[in-house]
Amino acid sequence: MSQVTTSPATAAFKASVRPERRDIGLRRRYASERRFRLYGLAAIAFGLLFLFLLLSSVVSKGYTAFLQTKITIPVEFSEQVIDKDGERATDPKVLMTANYPVVARNALAKVLGVDPGDRAAMREVGGMISDSVRVQLRDLVVADPSVIGRTVDVAILAHGNVDSAYKGQIDLGVDEKNRKVSDRQVGWMNQLAETGALAGHFNTGLFTNGASSRPEAAGLGVALVGSLYMMLIVLVLSLPIGVAASIYLEEFAPKNRFTDLIEVNINNLAAVPSIVYGLLGLAVFVNFAGFPRSAALVGGLVLTLMTLPTIIIATRAALKAVPPSIRAAALGLGASNMQTVFHHVLPLAMPGILTGTIIGLAHALGETAPLLLIGMVAFVADVPATPLDPATALPVQIYMWANEAERAFVERTSGAIIVLLIFLILMNVGAILLRRRFERRW
Amino acid sequence: MNILSEAAVEKALDKKMNDVSYKMIGQDVSVYYGDKRALYDVNLNVRENTVTALIGPSGCGKSTFLRTLNRMNDTIDGCRVTGRIALDGDDIYDPSIDVVELRARVGMVFQKPNPFPKSIYENVAYGPRIHGLARTRAEMDAIVEKSLQRAGLWNEVKDRLQESGTGLSGGQQQRLCIARAVAVSPEVILMDEPCSALDPIATARVEELIHELRANFTIVIVTHSMQQAARVSQRTAMFHLGQLVEENDTDKIFTNPDDQRTQDYIMGRFG
Amino acid sequence: MSSTHIVSIYDEELKYLTRRISEMGGTAEQMVSDAVRALVTTDGALAQKVISEDVVLDNAERQINEKAVLTITKRQPVSADLREILGAVRIAAELERVGDLGKNTAKRVIAVQGSGMPRKLARGLEHLAELALMQLKEVLDVYATRSVEKAKAIRERDDEIDAIYTSLFRELLTYMMEDPRNITPCTHLLFCAKNIERIGDHATNIAETIYFMATGAQPEGERPKDDNTASLVAAEPSA
Repeated sequence: MSQVTTSPATAAFKASVRPERRDIGLRRRYASERRFRLYGLAAIAFGLLFLFLLLSSVVSKGYTAFLQTKITIPVEFSEQVIDKDGERATDPKVLMTANYPVVARNALAKVLGVDPGDRAAMREVGGMISDSVRVQLRDLVVADPSVIGRTVDVAILAHGNVDSAYKGQIDLGVDEKNRKVSDRQVGWMNQLAETGALAGHFNTGLFTNGASSRPEAAGLGVALVGSLYMMLIVLVLSLPIGVAASIYLEEFAPKNRFTDLIEVNINNLAAVPSIVYGLLGLAVFVNFAGFPRSAALVGGLVLTLMTLPTIIIATRAALKAVPPSIRAAALGLGASNMQTVFHHVLPLAMPGILTGTIIGLAHALGETAPLLLIGMVAFVADVPATPLDPATALPVQIYMWANEAERAFVERTSGAIIVLLIFLILMNVGAILLRRRFERRW
Repeated sequence: MNILSEAAVEKALDKKMNDVSYKMIGQDVSVYYGDKRALYDVNLNVRENTVTALIGPSGCGKSTFLRTLNRMNDTIDGCRVTGRIALDGDDIYDPSIDVVELRARVGMVFQKPNPFPKSIYENVAYGPRIHGLARTRAEMDAIVEKSLQRAGLWNEVKDRLQESGTGLSGGQQQRLCIARAVAVSPEVILMDEPCSALDPIATARVEELIHELRANFTIVIVTHSMQQAARVSQRTAMFHLGQLVEENDTDKIFTNPDDQRTQDYIMGRFG
Repeated sequence: MSSTHIVSIYDEELKYLTRRISEMGGTAEQMVSDAVRALVTTDGALAQKVISEDVVLDNAERQINEKAVLTITKRQPVSADLREILGAVRIAAELERVGDLGKNTAKRVIAVQGSGMPRKLARGLEHLAELALMQLKEVLDVYATRSVEKAKAIRERDDEIDAIYTSLFRELLTYMMEDPRNITPCTHLLFCAKNIERIGDHATNIAETIYFMATGAQPEGERPKDDNTASLVAAEPSA
């Protein structure tokens, strides 16, 4: 320490003498603290790295799923092909069964200038168009039969292979025999792209279409609606049941062995593997109660069972966190137990309850295993009108697409994962906003 | 309705003739928490329009006794009360007495200021609302204003009644709690160490308030501070180890107590 | 006291003490003045009244003490409040002594009665009493206003009374030497004069207490004294 210079003004004071410095291990303590911080930083960096890898891989693979290659060409709805015998006025079946792919193929061949007599070339031309064109054109004609005999510009879905090739996902350096698009098709594709006839469009079909074995026509529509139904069922059932059960257990039930037992069981139920709930749902709802298989109703019920313990535990924790002084204040004023709970305790616990509920819902939204058991892993092409109709769910759809072999399904799988993640993020944001709103009221 | 023992009634009547009337009568009150006994046959009467202070070392049972007076002990699992406690002669532990009604008549203010996390207005209006004391909005406004005035808080908060009660300072919160208790127009107000979380100035405000409330309410106050008991009360009861040691005029207790234990306690020689 | 306490009853208790002190002062003043008048006019009935009034002061002092003890117990006063209460206790004791002195003076009226006291002597006594009473009255006014300057002034004026007392003492000695029959009444008068002089001392004490109450310090310096009777001896009769 520096010497204290004795100036006249401070001469009256005498600096106290510092005692021998003790070793209290400061260096060691600070070193261990630094070390611990490093561990923590490393752990977080590790986690962030994996999150980044996951997101970047999913997004880089999946973003193309939101674009779909379409070929816009003038299509001649030739009566010769659609309704050769002129029977459509008497037999509506004719329009349903007409050979629409030929109509589309002819139209494309005309644009490309391919000789209709060259059967091999014509087959390759047909291979550029999605098989779903049959449904697309059929719906167009059935909706408005007057187009027959006229020529109309139609955006036809390109075949999945062309779609992949256009997005650069097919390695054109590979020998022609070993890839799914021929050199000629690639040439046509480039020719069409130059004129602007072939281009990528936003893929609305991804959100509206049902299941399809043709990737370019497959969409999440059924899964979205199915998941929506199930979330509504889970919310409507598990929130009131869970909150009522927690309030009773926490505020009204006597504390004895029986309630202890219930509490232990609820905690255990939260840890039961979800597939067990699937089995339970299969046994109770499908086999015993006779609800239809693959229905969103059954899925919702199973997910409700699965979510209830989570909600009950979260709600009880939120109720416990309400300071006892608030209860005492209300009781001291002469509020009944019920009034105390509903006027004071429950509103204060609401943010916690909502958080627990939304986390439970998010958990349910991402759940796959129990849904597989109750048959929601089905090929459902039509969007379910009611929760009793067969449906699938988002994660199940991802699971199904991931099992498909075609290249175009890879991007669809990632696209579906992105959709699911966006939904989860939206739910969490919703939870945060709701909590903010509730908290601001006080 | 249970009738108190004749002796107690006679005693009460006797006192009445001496111009003292008892608001609450506690007779042989014992409290058990499970197997543990917290109070031993306490006989303590609370005079009307009087501040009665309960003092004694920690764990002496003074808070326990206070909580028997409006049955707040009911909310504690395994708590059992024996003996009789009467409010205006009616046994409050009789099955025919509704605890909600009892608590509307015997209000309570707690150790820590515990306003509801709602607006100042709502805090005061809550009690009258659940008991249906106001029919119109104007009546409720009047009750809220009067209660806040009685609690000496009106001038400080009249411009911000819609702000949260938790935004007030500690002393103001406690006076808000008192206003909340007063709003129900109870007959007795129990205070469980109402100033232990307050600074000296806020404490003085609350003590002044207690002094003013005495005109309209019967007050029983538990306090750790003997000085506070001396300042605010007219009657003081000294508890020790679950027993009532001595109950007398505050002036007498603090200048010349009868019991040696009281003497030692107030002089700071034990406890 | 410029501001009020948050706890209003505390103020009331302090005000009670102040009021009772003022009352005591008034009573003491009246007693002394009555006693002196009874002495000068040899009015036995008035003397009797003074004697019976002393119990009022005794009671007042007791009550003030009790209230002071209670207030200290309850309020734990500090600083100016504590001095206020301590001062009240001290002033009450002084005033009670003043009352006792008045009573003692009144008692001597009966002994002096019919002894034919010279007018001149009585006038001297009256003058002394006037001064002492004025001192007392002023000090009570100061108590009401708490003026530090005035309290100091009163304290410094005590020598005037002492001087008159000394001359009265001399005069009485002379009378007694002149005629041994004067010894009885003159001795009584001597005690009366001493009593009145003591009242002035008490007034001075009160002034000092007020000074202490207002400032928290004892007034500095010896207080002026002009009471030489302690060293006074009777001159050898020359004739």
